[in-house]
Amino acid sequence: MLDFLLEPFALGFMRRALAGCLALSVAAPPLGVFLVLRRMSLMSDVLQHGVLPGIAIGAIFAGLSFWAMGLGGVIAGLAVAVLAGWLARRTGGREDSQLAGMYLVALAAGVALISTQHSIDLTHLLFGNVLAVDNTALFGMAGVATVALPALALIWRPLVLESLDPGFMAATAGKGGVWHLVFLMLVVLCVVSGFVALGTLMSVGLMMLPAIAARHWSESLAGQVRVAVLLACLSSVGGLILSFNLDIPAGPAIVLTAGGLWLLSLLTGPRGSLWRQAMPDA
Amino acid sequence: MKPITLDKVELRHGARVIVSGLSAAFAPGSLTALVGSNGSGKTTLLRAIAGLHPLAGGRIDRGGLMPADIALLAQGSHLDRSFPITCRDVVALAATRLGPFRSIGKDRLAATRAALARVGLAEMESRPIQALSAGQFQRVLFARTMVQDASLILLDEPFTAVDTATTRLLLSVIADWHAQGRTVIAVLHDLELVRHHFPHTLMLTRQAALWDSLPDAGLQAA
Repeated sequence: MLDFLLEPFALGFMRRALAGCLALSVAAPPLGVFLVLRRMSLMSDVLQHGVLPGIAIGAIFAGLSFWAMGLGGVIAGLAVAVLAGWLARRTGGREDSQLAGMYLVALAAGVALISTQHSIDLTHLLFGNVLAVDNTALFGMAGVATVALPALALIWRPLVLESLDPGFMAATAGKGGVWHLVFLMLVVLCVVSGFVALGTLMSVGLMMLPAIAARHWSESLAGQVRVAVLLACLSSVGGLILSFNLDIPAGPAIVLTAGGLWLLSLLTGPRGSLWRQAMPDA
Repeated sequence: MKPITLDKVELRHGARVIVSGLSAAFAPGSLTALVGSNGSGKTTLLRAIAGLHPLAGGRIDRGGLMPADIALLAQGSHLDRSFPITCRDVVALAATRLGPFRSIGKDRLAATRAALARVGLAEMESRPIQALSAGQFQRVLFARTMVQDASLILLDEPFTAVDTATTRLLLSVIADWHAQGRTVIAVLHDLELVRHHFPHTLMLTRQAALWDSLPDAGLQAA
């Protein structure tokens, strides 16, 4: 049993993957909590698909370079996020349909572009490959976490106000858009930085699932953030152990572990869980 | 202080004209009810006075008021009441120009406590807003408006979905504002309540803005 738990981390690349995933587990879930609160869960889907064409273009120009692919991903992610917001405002249509349209096109474009590059394994790019987590990728993940946490702390108050009551923010401070943009940039950075280990399609899972689960554990914002970080760290450790022993890609393994914790929260958490609803006085 | 004057104001939603050729003046310290049927543009007019809806024509002179001098209490129903935040934080966050760096000082905290006490929620200050009834939540929003300390206060249907006791309490807060010399404009539906508590009325209809159409109307049309 102990072997099952510890053996994976005897290997250098697994320890690098663990360190990187733990760094992301600290930085990404707080952003996820805000995405849930702002009813922007769908936006995370758009981003995870939207970064793919950018990563592909980065790879076409500079080969398998973490920084080129990462930069391409960040630019594409920001462009998609800003475009989606603009499109929804301009068309007056329902935002979710515009977002769905964008991520379908982005995924198709990304897959088409990657297919032209025979040196890149599409499966690794979409679902992660812990073997590819070299020092550069690790520094990327840790670096993003180092930037994202203080940045979120800095914009915390305006972001809370803008999430709670955007109309009020617009009326009194008039600069809600700036905080929104900084926030989106942090989300994009976190999504992109996880792409080597977790894959572009899976790195959002580490951001969203713990955040969704945290709603069932705490009624304060800070409490939800703490719970989300804890759940994400558990998912990273548990997911990497499963990934190693069962020989499945790290991205799906970590997201499935996070999904299991979400299911547990949904069933038994102290707030609004199915168990609570069945027995309100228990 | 100078009056707030509207000069041939035209407002649209997209291509649809909802208010046109409206001229009016709100005297400093006046207390006015804005009434009219659904779709007559009351909310839009309120937002235009706050500077949040573009004018399709005409102009609004706010008498030199800056955005920070204007408090707009929008209809609260659109807010997510499951948001994990305490009553105290909702009120304290109202500080205008409270950027990322400035702290919420002792003064602001004292003003927050006083405002919550005024609306009868002193005991509830550290409770999350999801524990509140609709009436209690509206009291929190009134406390937030008090903390804004604005000289022009705009209220959009402040008594919708609010119980009688709360309506009475909130009317007394509005009376305080009036006594302090603040200009108050409130969108309202209940004409009986308007007759008893609001010295001035402005009535909007789908076709035109009708002036002095309530018995006690006292606005001077410009």
